[in-house]
Amino acid sequence: MVELALPKNSQMTEGKVWPKPADAKNVRELRIYRWNPDDGKNPSIDTFYVDVDDCGPMVLDALLYIKNKVDPSLALRRSCREGICGSCAMNIDGSNTLACTKGMEDIKGTVKIYPLPHMPVVKDLVPDLTNFYAQHRSIEPWLKTVSPPPAKEWKQSHEDRQKLDGLYECILCACCSTSCPSYWWNGDRYLGPATLLQAYRWLIDSRDEAKGERLDNLEDPFRLYRCHTIMNCAQTCPKGLNPAKAIAEIKKMMIERRV
Amino acid sequence: MDMRTPLGKVRGLGSAKSGTEHFWRVRTTSIALVPLLLFYIVFLILYGGRPYPEVVSALSNPFVATINGLTVIASIVHMRLGMEEVIQDYIHNEVTKMALLILNAFFSLLVGGLCLFAVLKIAFAG
Repeated sequence: MVELALPKNSQMTEGKVWPKPADAKNVRELRIYRWNPDDGKNPSIDTFYVDVDDCGPMVLDALLYIKNKVDPSLALRRSCREGICGSCAMNIDGSNTLACTKGMEDIKGTVKIYPLPHMPVVKDLVPDLTNFYAQHRSIEPWLKTVSPPPAKEWKQSHEDRQKLDGLYECILCACCSTSCPSYWWNGDRYLGPATLLQAYRWLIDSRDEAKGERLDNLEDPFRLYRCHTIMNCAQTCPKGLNPAKAIAEIKKMMIERRV
Repeated sequence: MDMRTPLGKVRGLGSAKSGTEHFWRVRTTSIALVPLLLFYIVFLILYGGRPYPEVVSALSNPFVATINGLTVIASIVHMRLGMEEVIQDYIHNEVTKMALLILNAFFSLLVGGLCLFAVLKIAFAG
């Protein structure tokens, strides 16, 4: 839904300024979104200071420094710390990316950190991705076949395997979908770039036998055609993938089967 | 309270099995409008400021009248489809959305009808 002003209970307030680390020579300022479902207050921006000499180079390192040494109540998701699990996706310095692969050196001035945009917030930097995961589930992201299974495995030529490059790397971090204005306005009906890239990953898989059915399920003014090639998805993807291209390829398949 | 499952919500009423026709028409009309509007611009440059009878006689030329008619049809179809996208993007109240989609259709037909009438009137009655 388009909202030009934030609802009253989402309007930002100035939060706490936490003390600077003692005896630190290189200090970096971080401004972080805070919201606690239990205290009934509006979200606020807290200011933290991190001793750069006592902290790793990535934004995630700074967040963990804060969690360990300044405020243990700071909530965030993280797991692999190397850009493969997608847990620590958040809005850093104005764009969605993974905190673990975003270097603080690449950010000028204060490091501003918000949860992924336009998602319900569970707490602080933790967004509720239930709908996002259900959308991924809805495209049935697994191999669908009718032919009797071969004795060993479903075979694929090298050329056909290469068609999955640039698609299989997606880690479902939701950076792309939550950067997409069409997804902000119609996220309940538009599947969004991440899910559509996954849909294309199965459409283009030479072993899959359910292309027609998959296309039928996508052919919808909202599910697929809310994509207006805004390209925020490709711009923001921390893995350097291009969901917009995958969506364009799906649209081409739609045309191809009717002309 | 909504107690549907997340997957149930996402599946909703199912796929509309349409949208490609809309997508295709937007593209074909925009391709058609490139030469059509170029012709129109050239015509305006050539006949801008010329005496009224001369312009009317040029417009009633069968070729010019046909091209003008096609320009009207292509632009009105394109306009209607584009506006539909905007309404679907931004209007989320189902009643308002329905009303605006109908108004958009009526408005496009009215404007298109009037333009075509003008093209035909000049072509046949001068």
